[in-house]
Amino acid sequence: MNQREPILKVRGVDVAHGHTPVLHDVTLEVGLGEIVTLIGANGAGKSTLLMSLFGLPRVARGQVVFAGQEITALPTHRIARLGLALVPEGRRIFPAMTVRENLVMGGESVNEMVLERIHGLFPVLHDRAGQRAGTLSGGEQQMLAIGRALMGRPRLLLLDEPSLGLAPLMIRRIFQALREIVVEGTTLFLVEQNANQALRLADRGYVLVNGCIRMEGSGAELLDNPEIRRAYLGGH
Amino acid sequence: MPRKLWDAVLAGVVALLLFVPLTGVSLSGYTLEGHWQRPLWLAVGVVLGRLLLGWFLERRQRMVGTTRRPGWITAWIDDHRPYIVIAAVIGALLVPWWIGKYWLNVAILALIYVLLGLGLNVVVGLAGLLDLGFVAFYAVGAYTYALGHHYFALSFWAAVPLGAMLAAGFGVVLAFPVLRMHGDYLAIVTLGFGEIIRLILNNWLEVTGGPNGLRVPFPSLFGMDFGRRASPGHVTLHEFLNIPYSNEYRDIFLYLLLFLVVCGMVFLVRRLRRMPLGRNWEALREDEIACRSLGIQPVTVKLSAFGLGAMTAGVGGVFFAASQGFVNPTSFTFLESAHILAIVVLGGMGSTGGVIVAAVVLTVLPEVLRDFAEYRGLLFGCAMVLMMMWRPRGLMGIRRARFHRSEVG
Ligand SMILES: Nc1ncnc2c1ncn2[C@@H]1O[C@H](COP(=O)(O)OP(=O)(O)O)[C@@H](O)[C@H]1O
Ligand SMILES: [Mg+2]
Repeated sequence: MNQREPILKVRGVDVAHGHTPVLHDVTLEVGLGEIVTLIGANGAGKSTLLMSLFGLPRVARGQVVFAGQEITALPTHRIARLGLALVPEGRRIFPAMTVRENLVMGGESVNEMVLERIHGLFPVLHDRAGQRAGTLSGGEQQMLAIGRALMGRPRLLLLDEPSLGLAPLMIRRIFQALREIVVEGTTLFLVEQNANQALRLADRGYVLVNGCIRMEGSGAELLDNPEIRRAYLGGH
Repeated sequence: MPRKLWDAVLAGVVALLLFVPLTGVSLSGYTLEGHWQRPLWLAVGVVLGRLLLGWFLERRQRMVGTTRRPGWITAWIDDHRPYIVIAAVIGALLVPWWIGKYWLNVAILALIYVLLGLGLNVVVGLAGLLDLGFVAFYAVGAYTYALGHHYFALSFWAAVPLGAMLAAGFGVVLAFPVLRMHGDYLAIVTLGFGEIIRLILNNWLEVTGGPNGLRVPFPSLFGMDFGRRASPGHVTLHEFLNIPYSNEYRDIFLYLLLFLVVCGMVFLVRRLRRMPLGRNWEALREDEIACRSLGIQPVTVKLSAFGLGAMTAGVGGVFFAASQGFVNPTSFTFLESAHILAIVVLGGMGSTGGVIVAAVVLTVLPEVLRDFAEYRGLLFGCAMVLMMMWRPRGLMGIRRARFHRSEVG
């Protein structure tokens, strides 16, 4: 269980896309300074959960509390300004804008120190500052999406499948960067299908099956769990 | 190769099927006469055209595959940008003194279209909101001056800000409920709105004079008239300056004033594009979900683009009314909206320079081609199709602000 002061609390949340129910009674917590991961198969509802934290779509039942403030019914743009940042599934960078412009979009004003830190984390974003973001490679685009989210100096960073469609080497580099981000004091909530990498990185993890939380535990516990090994880690 | 040939033959057959009833038979007295050569020749033309098109597109595709060097025109423009701007400004300032009354009026119209193009460019090109009823705000501006003068003796100088404000107000009021809609829906709603405004102007006879329109006076300069004789209580400009009277002065004055407004608009858009608001417009066009998760409120950002576009059209409308001396609803049909949209698309969505060039070309070219009046539509359509094939992103394409190499590397 989580002993730290929670920064995000999701309590008994139901979410539907239109008339299709997706999440049922989801309850989870992310502690300050923690890395928490949510793993689940394709279509389990992971992205839906992340987006519903931003009210896209809104939760039908239950409560979302961020840093002591209830955000369940807050408009999306207000939620983002509270210090919650999202690296969306499929990156969703602005392809026709330059790398630098993409980064600038992440913060309300350009903070040179933050920009420098992001450039330190991902030097390629510095080298390609004037290039159109759409011409970056997939991994570089993912770095850009993470960098953009960090520009607003979030307290909690939400990542939706950052390893999606990337080569193993690139995945390792991104996860290495995530470690550094946590060291610098940002809390991570990471949604992944790539359970192996995610559970190694995470302090704790939740398992989402068909829209319900099926299991929770420390990263190591879940990695060792035979059921999880069979379902998400390809046997052995 | 056989594939292309097959395509061309197919196009020829379709053309034949269409042209036989369209051009192959004519009524002569009570009998039908057949002209078999006509559709045949047309079909042959279509086959050849299709072959050329296929060849062109294939070449283009091959070019896309290889690394595309930027065209030498683009490169040249890039290298000489400041000189081109200076030359254009000087040229634009000299032009009205030489070209005579007829072309001066064309030039004024061209500047009005530049202004309208720049305004719609903010809405469609930068913010990505397809507005098919842009002409409504243009009409609001024009009628602000016309009605304001008719009922309240409003002067031109008061009509400009008032027209701008009213048009922006209309823009915001219209936009507020519809900005939650996306692309196509927004297009339909704005299309409807444009028609509603025109129909009101056309049918509210007691107030607007309907199709008969309203007379609009010419602006004065510091209280001085441009007429040959001063209206009561006024001085005329030529008497004041002690120069001979010429009826060109007023048009030159209007041209220069309009030129100033256009420069102001260019400057404003340039500034805005570098400010958060301008960046938000472009970001919103690219990915609304990403924007919202970054804390951007789409409605206000879209409203500002819509409002600014409408405001520009309002100013354009006041100038239009002033330059024509008369307004009636036929100037504000959907065709006008389409024309302005064509300017934006042809200019390359989002590109200021492109919009200016396109507006001038699309206003001056039809005048030059006046002798071919019957074929104007045809030529215009062909030019548009060829243009979009040659440069699908418009004359200039979108310019991204570049960073200096030293800053990058
Ligand atoms: N915009 C949408 N409209 C309707 N149903 C959706 C939408 N997005 C996702 N769903 C459905 O919700 C379920 C969960 O999807 P998602 O949250 O994307 O899963 P995951 O991210 O875990 O792969 C799926 O059954 C999917 O079909
Ligand atoms: Mg997903």
